[in-house]
Amino acid sequence: MTDQQTEQQTAGVTDAPLLRTDKLSRHFRIGSGLQRKTLHAVDDIDISIGHREIVALAGESGSGKSTIARLLARIYRPTSGEIYFQGRPLSSFRSRKDTLGYRSDVPMVFQDPFSSINPVFRVSHGVMRSLKLHRPELSAEQRRAEAERVFTAVGLAPAGEALQRFPHELSGGQRQRVGFAQALAMRPKLILADEPVSMLDVSIRIGLLNLMAQLRDEQGVSVLYITHDIASARYVADRLIVMYAGNIAEQGPVEEVLANPKHPYTQLLLSAVPDPRADLNVTATTDRGEPPRVIDPTPGCRFRWRCPLAIDICHTTTPQLVQLAPSHDAACHVAQSGAEVKAF
Amino acid sequence: MSSLLSNGEAGGARASWHSGTMLEVRDLSVDYIMERGTVRAVQDVSFDVAPGEFVGIVGESGCGKSTLLFAIAQLLAPPAGISAGSVTFRGQNLVGLTDRQLSAVRWLNLSVVMQSAMNALNPVTAIGAQFRDAMRAHGVASKQEIAKRSAEVLRMVGIDPVHLKSYPHQLSGGMRQRAMIAMAMLFTPDLVIMDEPTSALDVVAQRSLMVQIKELQEQLGFAVIFVTHDMSLVRHFSDRLMVMYAGQVAELGTTRQIFREPLHPYTSGLMEAFPSIKGPRVPLTGIPGSPPNLANPPDGCRFAERCPKVMDRCLTTDVPLYSVDGELVRCLLHEAGKGEL
Repeated sequence: MTDQQTEQQTAGVTDAPLLRTDKLSRHFRIGSGLQRKTLHAVDDIDISIGHREIVALAGESGSGKSTIARLLARIYRPTSGEIYFQGRPLSSFRSRKDTLGYRSDVPMVFQDPFSSINPVFRVSHGVMRSLKLHRPELSAEQRRAEAERVFTAVGLAPAGEALQRFPHELSGGQRQRVGFAQALAMRPKLILADEPVSMLDVSIRIGLLNLMAQLRDEQGVSVLYITHDIASARYVADRLIVMYAGNIAEQGPVEEVLANPKHPYTQLLLSAVPDPRADLNVTATTDRGEPPRVIDPTPGCRFRWRCPLAIDICHTTTPQLVQLAPSHDAACHVAQSGAEVKAF
Repeated sequence: MSSLLSNGEAGGARASWHSGTMLEVRDLSVDYIMERGTVRAVQDVSFDVAPGEFVGIVGESGCGKSTLLFAIAQLLAPPAGISAGSVTFRGQNLVGLTDRQLSAVRWLNLSVVMQSAMNALNPVTAIGAQFRDAMRAHGVASKQEIAKRSAEVLRMVGIDPVHLKSYPHQLSGGMRQRAMIAMAMLFTPDLVIMDEPTSALDVVAQRSLMVQIKELQEQLGFAVIFVTHDMSLVRHFSDRLMVMYAGQVAELGTTRQIFREPLHPYTSGLMEAFPSIKGPRVPLTGIPGSPPNLANPPDGCRFAERCPKVMDRCLTTDVPLYSVDGELVRCLLHEAGKGEL
């Protein structure tokens, strides 16, 4: 996000990000005629994801985090802005070869393991199909071997047996592993994981989080981990991006952000995480967690309605992300004024 | 097996909670009768709830916790049914009552808040109309009284009464859950049964709702049975905790004691399954494996296959509940005289 020109030219060099976005926005039109309004799901987002990096994108429902995943997966087209993958703008990907190539470089793992796998086929079906489509050079035998390799890599062993199962024979955690195996079969560079563990039991979530870390360490895959669970983000991610109402509120190395949260919203999120090892924090009980207004938003900080520290400028000017500590940015007028932020 | 829960040790331990019991669940079993055989989803569960008490029930998906709630509320539908045991609510056994007899209890004294408010509320009628239906069904005819009480309960949960005219889709997820809780409060019940009411909410909305439930409870004095798969959620709210595994009670005791010193390896596993936002980042393992298939439950301890402390005997011995310092635990490590872990 620093020097955009040089970054594009040196694409492919290791310290350039794998993927980055430039003022990425996605708006949805709702209503019709005189009632027409615009919902700003994602507004002017600049994010970057490095090689071998797990980036957690955290925020509440409606903050725009899933919209970002869908933009990156090319399910949605941006309203404005651009996504660069390995330095190339996605809007220049027009041929089928480019599209297929991008889809195999950046696959997605979905939230619901119960509806994202076709129930009438054995689980080998999905893996085999994507191998056939994305890696046509493989022979039937090689496809088989490759399917077994990825199933073993995600912890579904013995792979030969697991491949023959039907989805209904697998638990939620195992199905989600099948989702990761399918993604892995394409030899991806970046996996978009949209709330991959939120439908799973607490007791098996950790296994999936460990799997993501293992894919990063052993296969060199980057992961965009979308979640509303800050504790799991801390457990697995290298960097944390906190979103609020379609904007980035704060971003930085995960430990740094959690130790020194600069944005009042990050502080609110942290205060609400149930922590059985600590006493109950009820200082913020007046905040009901109501979703933000992102329909035809007026300028100003979108968190101002809930922020106990809001000052005049928050109502008139939208705060920009500013670096407040090494690689730690926050979009908060109060924090940027140098005052200490202790909202929750 | 069926007599194990009511053996001397367990019975003695239960007796200490007895003073002023409002709900007594005794040896309750629920079977799902399927073509391929019978699945016992809940087996010999016994526990009490005192007036004003907050009891948390935790366990993984499929451990029988929701089935147990439905059995207590007499809401089971075929193929599920209560095959043994009793549910005594304010001195009356609810098992076997007809719908007409039950309607004298439901809503008035015992109400249920379901997991998904979006599905539990009628999407095509306004909130107020749904409140009105519930009140009319229980004999409140006066329009003024209905309007007054509806506004009152909505205010209680922090929603502006103008939303009586709103439809469910016009409310946020948190507000819908609050509206459900308001509806449960219409007749000031003695017991409110909640099935993961916060699972669809964000952490901020979740914490706010939990605090609200606790405040209402302190204000109105009703008892709560709260089912969740997330132990950390009930840590600060429940008086007692029941941990279920594979249809059985694994551990039952005060929340404070269980968090201080979990007795069952499964409880320890659950507690270590979630990462913390404070302290050092430590690698966690969760609980590997998955619960047994209840259509064909294993011999011996049902947790043995996943247990880090499994012994040979665990695979063959049916484990009863042992009483340890007023807590109940189903684990051979706590067999009488064997002492502690």
